[in-house]
Amino acid sequence: MALSCAGNILKDNMMRCVPVASRASSWWSGVEMGPPDAILGVTEAFKKDSNPQKMNLGVGAYRSDEGKPFVLPSVRKAEEIMMAANHDKEYLPITGLADFTKAAAALAFGENSEAISNKLNITSQAISGTGALRVGANFLQRYFPGNNQVFLPTPSWGNHTPIFTHAGLKLGAYRYYDKNTCGFDKAGCLEDISKIPEGSVILLHACAHNPTGVDPKPEDWKELSQLVKSKKLFPFFDMAYQGFASGDIDRDAQAVRQFLKDGHQIMLAQSFSKNMGLYGERAGAFTIVCESEEEMKRVESQVKITIRPLYSNPPIHGARIAATILNTPDLRTQWLGDVKFMADRIINMRKMLADNLKKEGSTHDWSHVTDQIGMFCFTGLTPEQVERITKEFSVYLTKDGRISVAGISSANNSYLAHAIHQVTK
Amino acid sequence: MAKSVFSNVQAGLPIAVFQLTIDYKADTSPLKVNLGVGAYRTDDGVPWVLPVVRQVEEQMAADRSLDHEYLPISGLQDFTSGAVRMILGDDSPAIVQNRALGFQALSGTGAIRLGADFIHKHLNGNVAYVPVPTWPNHYGIFQKAVQYKEVRTYRYWRAESRDLDFEGMAEDIKAAPEGAVIILHACAHNPTGVDLTTDQWKKIAEIVQERKLLPFFDCAYIGFATGDVEKDSWAVRYFVSKGIEFFAAQSFSKSFGLYNERVGNLAVVMNNADYKNRIKSQLELIARAMWSNPPNHGARIVGTVLNNPALYKQWQGHIKEMSSRVFSMREMLYQHLKSLGTPGTWNHIVDQIGMFTFTGLGPKQVQGLRNRHHIYCLSTGRINMCALTTKNVEHVAKAIHDVVTTITED
Repeated sequence: MALSCAGNILKDNMMRCVPVASRASSWWSGVEMGPPDAILGVTEAFKKDSNPQKMNLGVGAYRSDEGKPFVLPSVRKAEEIMMAANHDKEYLPITGLADFTKAAAALAFGENSEAISNKLNITSQAISGTGALRVGANFLQRYFPGNNQVFLPTPSWGNHTPIFTHAGLKLGAYRYYDKNTCGFDKAGCLEDISKIPEGSVILLHACAHNPTGVDPKPEDWKELSQLVKSKKLFPFFDMAYQGFASGDIDRDAQAVRQFLKDGHQIMLAQSFSKNMGLYGERAGAFTIVCESEEEMKRVESQVKITIRPLYSNPPIHGARIAATILNTPDLRTQWLGDVKFMADRIINMRKMLADNLKKEGSTHDWSHVTDQIGMFCFTGLTPEQVERITKEFSVYLTKDGRISVAGISSANNSYLAHAIHQVTK
Repeated sequence: MAKSVFSNVQAGLPIAVFQLTIDYKADTSPLKVNLGVGAYRTDDGVPWVLPVVRQVEEQMAADRSLDHEYLPISGLQDFTSGAVRMILGDDSPAIVQNRALGFQALSGTGAIRLGADFIHKHLNGNVAYVPVPTWPNHYGIFQKAVQYKEVRTYRYWRAESRDLDFEGMAEDIKAAPEGAVIILHACAHNPTGVDLTTDQWKKIAEIVQERKLLPFFDCAYIGFATGDVEKDSWAVRYFVSKGIEFFAAQSFSKSFGLYNERVGNLAVVMNNADYKNRIKSQLELIARAMWSNPPNHGARIVGTVLNNPALYKQWQGHIKEMSSRVFSMREMLYQHLKSLGTPGTWNHIVDQIGMFTFTGLGPKQVQGLRNRHHIYCLSTGRINMCALTTKNVEHVAKAIHDVVTTITED
């Protein structure tokens, strides 16, 4: 292998260059290996394990009680309808499928939303939650007149940091998770938020906080809303689990709707990956709530300009599935049932796990397992305990002690409880 | 703080090509023709979903084993490997020696954006060259979004003779600084339809090597231009044969008629397989912060076709059909203009290739086309040949004749 001085671009790629691993230096000599993705790393290791009792509690995708990916019945139905409709493949507008974006906004804000009826929202289709966050980040970087610093809860979804950083924004943090209670650090949170410089951006997880599963109570949200308002902060909501958290789409959107009620101009990133199981189809929406319809139009024009150099216009398939479901009454009803079904299974697994831990004889307080909500549970396991549980029991999870409850089944629940007890007793 | 966070946001200029379609839709004239957006139309003037695409979609819908799980960040393996084989050729030395990387992206735009970001971040890329004219979003990506220090131009379209100013192109590229990114339209140049000959490509390759430049091929029409994948990817394959390292952004929008499924691939050819994983890992970090992982549906369709000989053959028939129809429309338009005796030279219409023709019409004449004849095209005079049909080509010819003879550009 011939690596010439690092950083030197193509010293000798001359006429005589022979395309074999050669002595010619290359453009790439300065390219470093990127850090491995922690979560994917878990799955890689899991795949290599031959233990028949192994469990993958890493990736955040819903699994059935048989441990398999789950295509929602309402999604299948929608796809049948779509196939029969014989749609063409023409480009979508930059902001995507209108039937989808309208329905997505109404889902988030409520059918009777004043913001929507006053045409204050610009809602654009986005490449799932990530894409919505990125468009928002790019938009903030260019047009936000305040302090271009985004404050994230500690901890937050790992990808928040690179998204905002790549868009050129600075980051800050506010306390959120209390590792002593495995619950919400309300005092710390309010204290830190009150210290955030005026005009900054505050990122909030609308429901089913990732990775902790710890959500503020409705009264807490009211307090947060007032505080954010008094500190003149700009709220950016990340809602990736509406419906998936409690099984009730309205309940899960309460925080967002509270803020709207309180007069905040919010930004919102919505994902349909989990609540419709549309992971790989990248169905998402990005919303900015403006002050007037006139302002909305100006902002919309700039959102389009933000999107064009990223991917021009969005992919239709997932959005059309979602639109078909949301806009067809009996499909929508079916979907609400599908979502409740998934959420209930998760809630049951939590209950079962807490019960099983008690049965094992664990004396620890495991109430956080059932108090927390959504796909993930911050178990409280230390990195050493995580290492042990992986090594000795082939239970795979991320170092921070986060488990994907979706990866637990009624068949392996007691095994997991046993393993957790063994490493924590 | 101001009453609203966004009170100072100005209205942005609408993006021309999309605004054109909006205006066209609002027009009620039965004679209207939209020669704007680059999408294929049948001779009935309607969109065409390729039969092989429909077939594969139906198969997919019936296959209960398929789900909607996340793709890897780099995309669907079957698709990316098929895409790389398509552009480089199955037996390409780059592939045989494992020196070619495929990375799924959100169509051509996403592939260019990914590559532009990577080059800027990891190869110190700060100067990019585009032909004059070029697809406007090249500027949007390199200049506005990724913010290269400079986006320079190289001569390309020669208005007086309506052909390629090759001497100008070669001269300008020769003057590029070492490490500059040179954006090259692999075939069916957008918007002019004027391509290099194989000899001219050889010269450019020579200059690229001599001056140590980094080529970035924009490949939006492979297969669509001539109906022959090998022919359309000749330039890219030639560069491989010379041992040149480069990027290539592949779009499957036109060649598969999958415009709204956003199917694209970024191909990277390096001269040492050892770099492959490093490059891939860095592309993953960039993509993760943009869209996390790419959309499944369209890639699955294309991956299925590219890896199935029978389906692939069917697809070859479709691109032959599309490109042939375009060729015959070129011929027809040219013949009509000739028989009308429209002043000026018009053989560029049949000499140019691909979806577009740079007519040579000026903005005033374009305005006249719209106002008098309800014919919509970009103010650059670019027209989409796919939107011509046997039914409307005469109307379009007469309209061109009218504006050329009665409107002068000053």
